[in-house]
Formats: sequence, structure tokens, C-alpha cells
Amino acid sequence: MQTQELEKIASQVRRDILRMVHACQSGHPGGSLGCTDLLVGLFFNSMNLKTDSNKNVVFDITGNGEDVFYLSNGHISPLLYSVLSRKGYFPTAELASFRKINSRLQGHPTPHEHLEGIRIASGSLGQGLSVAIGTAQAKKLNNDASLVYCLMGDGEQNEGQVWEAAMYAPHHKVDNLIAIIDENGQQIDGPTEKVMSNRNLEAKYKSFGWAVLHMDGNNMAQVMAILKQAKELTGKGSPIMILMKTEMGSGVDFMMGSHKWHGVAPNDQQLEEALAQLNETLGDY
Amino acid sequence: MAFFTYETKKDTRSGFGAGMEQLSLTNPNVVALCADLIGSLKLEAFIKNAPERFFQTGIAEANMIGISAGLAITGKIPFATTFANFGTGRVYDQIRQSVAYSGTNVKICCSHAGLTLGEDGATHQILEDIGLMKMLPGMVVINPCDYNQTKAATIAIAEYEGPVYLRFGRPVVPVFTPENQKFEIGKAIKLIEGNDVSIFATGHLVWESIQAAEILKEKGIAAEVINIHTIKPLDTEAIIESVSKTKCLVSAEEHQLNGGLGDSIAQLLIQTKAYPMEYVGVNDSFGESGKPAELMEKYGLSANNIVEKALKAISRK
Repeated sequence: MQTQELEKIASQVRRDILRMVHACQSGHPGGSLGCTDLLVGLFFNSMNLKTDSNKNVVFDITGNGEDVFYLSNGHISPLLYSVLSRKGYFPTAELASFRKINSRLQGHPTPHEHLEGIRIASGSLGQGLSVAIGTAQAKKLNNDASLVYCLMGDGEQNEGQVWEAAMYAPHHKVDNLIAIIDENGQQIDGPTEKVMSNRNLEAKYKSFGWAVLHMDGNNMAQVMAILKQAKELTGKGSPIMILMKTEMGSGVDFMMGSHKWHGVAPNDQQLEEALAQLNETLGDY
Repeated sequence: MAFFTYETKKDTRSGFGAGMEQLSLTNPNVVALCADLIGSLKLEAFIKNAPERFFQTGIAEANMIGISAGLAITGKIPFATTFANFGTGRVYDQIRQSVAYSGTNVKICCSHAGLTLGEDGATHQILEDIGLMKMLPGMVVINPCDYNQTKAATIAIAEYEGPVYLRFGRPVVPVFTPENQKFEIGKAIKLIEGNDVSIFATGHLVWESIQAAEILKEKGIAAEVINIHTIKPLDTEAIIESVSKTKCLVSAEEHQLNGGLGDSIAQLLIQTKAYPMEYVGVNDSFGESGKPAELMEKYGLSANNIVEKALKAISRK
């Protein structure tokens, strides 16, 4: 898919995120907006996904024979829900139920309500990379050449389990795994550098045995190029880590450059101002 | 004459190892993970037979649970193994989110549960694991009583779709249940028929309960002994049927009284009909170093204490 096409989808996804969070007056718009270009790039361009004869995506929870994506930082669920529904896994109308009673779109993603596209619960941080490793190793056992992707937050790197997984994957040569860290530099209590510095993630992951790439996560052309490069690095004995710089709140000027919008919903006026900055390209849900 | 006799004593963890050995040959979807305790979990035969289906995680239990969940999603049947303390309490949130809530088909199989691991002391003697695991929605909790039953349970849980906690131990104990028995999850086993008191026991306390029944028999009391190998789902029918007859009961387990088998039984009976009930278990205390038999005696997990509690329950009828 062309960069411009992907950017159009990203604009609609950002509108979805804002409208979902606004409708229930809760959720996490900042990180969702920041990672929008990555998820659109992954689902609409990079990943090989199971489809039927009409080229519509088909959800198979095993993920066997197709690429699998795990969202470890589950709080950016509005983004994942929007991308999954825009890709065709479930009706976009269901986005209106986000975080409401009796919904399949729980505050944090879960397969518990059988929402198409979700294979594991996430929200309690630090667990997704381990899950991704397990699926990647199962693919190897099955001689399944497809890949596993996992997105984590930079604040999430505080969790000890991440480093258990970081040590394990190179040791076991899990080279069909592409992990991405959203380096937006923010976490709830403030800048990551101030709360708990990650110092040099590149040096850390390299010393653990990962192949490390860098990406500007809010530049669609670069997202596509680096994802392509990451794919080319698979199968060479090392897991791949993409350190992705993003701007929290990307796409909405007054939400950018601050951790203020990590977990705060816009009011009516703010929503209007934000939507005015994003074209409705595919039709609002 | 004794109700049950035995020829050998074996550890229940070796029963697990034997079950895994069989699964290595019979079920290609079964994979095993271990956090640096292969010898303690008796996984050598599995690894020898199916090296590509074994994953050494190192001393990183949280990661092991997550990897197990990821393997399960694809259709594999992961058996995640370590000591009970590290496989439950240490990784509770990982089990809660990635296994129980996600409904992944992971079997958490843990040795060295309870006081009977002995000399290592309270840091390793988890007595809260049954409670922790049974509180998780959808989690099956199994605590078999001897080598043969542990082997059968290991094979049975591979056939069951859903999260399971299988708990077993370190010391050698009498092997008195049938070889190659069929294990039915959630189906209690009546070992001794009696009319005066029901003794519901799990794990290592089943043998102690049989011994207690023999002592009681000498006193002219007919105790009914029921092996509750599955704490969740609880065989409510078997419990109600027995107690309706005996009108009083004792629960016996190598676990804290808070949150254990006794709690589950009491919760059931208080909603049907309350009968005099006594508990055998550890009463809100940590364990300590010592020989397994010494610890069982000191903390009241013995046939003699079961007898005492049975007499008390009978006297309260």
C-alpha cells in the first residue's frame, strides 16, 4: 500500500481514538495517537494476515500460518480496537461500546469477551514480550515461517519481566520475533528520564543479543521502510528490536509534547478542536 | 486388617515425571518448560524423548508463564514447571492475566508444595498456593495423593482444555492407589466407607487419613475417607452425599486453613446444611526447617491429629 493511503487510514484511526475516549470520558489517547502510524503500517502493509477468498481478514486465534501482533502496553487499546475494526475484524459500529458495560471492547484488551483480533489480555505491564516469544517458538516448532510482533511502552521497560524475556529470546535464538518499544519518553508520573531512566536502550538490548533498529514512529514512509528492514533481519539468529521515537498525542497539536494526555479524555470543545485537525477519510463509525 | 497396604514409597513428583514421560511419546502437542529445576521436577525422560519440545527458561518464572501462554495460543499444551512457591505466589499476576483471564491452555505443575519439602524452610514451603489458584476464575486445582495418582492426573490434564494448577511434593510416600488408573478431574474417590464421620483429604494427607481411619476403627468408629484430589471444581455431590450420612466431618490438607480445601467444603455445606466440622491444616503460620515427618507432626498434619479432630466432630453432633 502507498504511504499516502496509509496516512489516510491513520487519520481516520486517530479520529476513532479521540471519539472513543471522548464518548466514555476515559481511556488513554496520548500513547494511542503516538503509535497510530506503526499499527496502521503493520496491519495494512507489513503483516501477512489470514483472509478468505474475498480477501476479507479472518480471525483465527491460533495465529498459525499468519503474522501475529501482541500489544503489551494494553492501555493504548483504543488504537488497537480502531485498527482491528478498520481492518475488518469486527464492525466499526462496535467502537462506540468502548469501555461501556456489556462491551467486548474492555478498557484493556482481552480475549475473554471473544473479540476478534485479540489473543491475550494485556494491561498489567511487562507480560507481552514473553507471550510473543512463546508464540514465536511455537511457530518454529510448527515450521511456520510467519512472524510475531510485539509492541511495548518505554515506561514498561521498568518491569522486571521484560528483562527476563530480553535475556531469553537471544539465548534461544528467537529470530522470528520483531519487538518495538514506543519511546515517547513519557510515563504517568512524568518524563521517563525523570521517573526511571531507561538510559541507553540500544546498548542494553544489543548487549543482550538483539539486533536493534531505530525508527521515527510518526513518519509513515520511515515506518514502512524500517518494518521492511526488520523483516529482512529475521531468520538470522537474533530477535529484532525497533526503538521507535514517537510523540505522545501525535496528530493533535495541543496533545503533543506532554504526558498530560496519557490517560485523560478530551471534553466536547477539545474533541472538536482535535477532530478539526484530522480528515475524516473513511467515514466516522 | 489394614484398609490399604503398599509395597513401595515414591515421591509424587516422580509420578509427574512418569506422566510427562508418557506424554512425550503420546501427545506431540505437549511442551514442557522449566525454571532451572529439571532434576527436582523429574523431567529428564521427557527431555530425552522430546528435546525440541522442552524450553529451559532459567530462573525466570514470570517469563516462563508468559511464554507458556504464547505457546498455548497456537494450540500447544504447555506444562510450566517449578517449585510451588515460585510457580504460584511469585507469578500470581502473570497467571491471573496471561493464563486465567486470557483462558490459555496452560498447565502449571509444581513440586515441593507444603511443609514436606522439609529442610529448606518457610521461604520454599508454600502453604497458600491452593487458595491463590482456586480464587482465579476458571482455574482447575488438583492435588493428587500418591505416585500413581499424580502420574494419572498429569496425563489427564493434557486432555483437558483450560488452565490447570497441578500440585505435588518432594517426599516419598506410600503408593497405594492403582497403577494406570483413570483420573477423572473433579471426581472425588471414596477410599473407605463409614457411617460415623467423613474425612475429606487431599494430597499427602490422604494417606494420613487412611491411617486415622484405622485408629478410629480400633476405637469402634467407622470413618468414611474420601480423596478430594480436585479442589476445584469441587465434587459437591460426593461431599453432600457422605456428610448427609455421617452428619459430621473433618477436612485434612497440607495447606493453610485460610483458603484451603476445608474452606471450600465449609462454603459448600453452609449453603446446604451445616454439620459439625473440624479442620486439619496449618493454622495461619509459616513453616520452618526440619525433617518432613517432624514438621507434619509439629504442625498437626498427622493421623493422630485427624483422629483427635474426628472424635471432636463426632462429639459435637
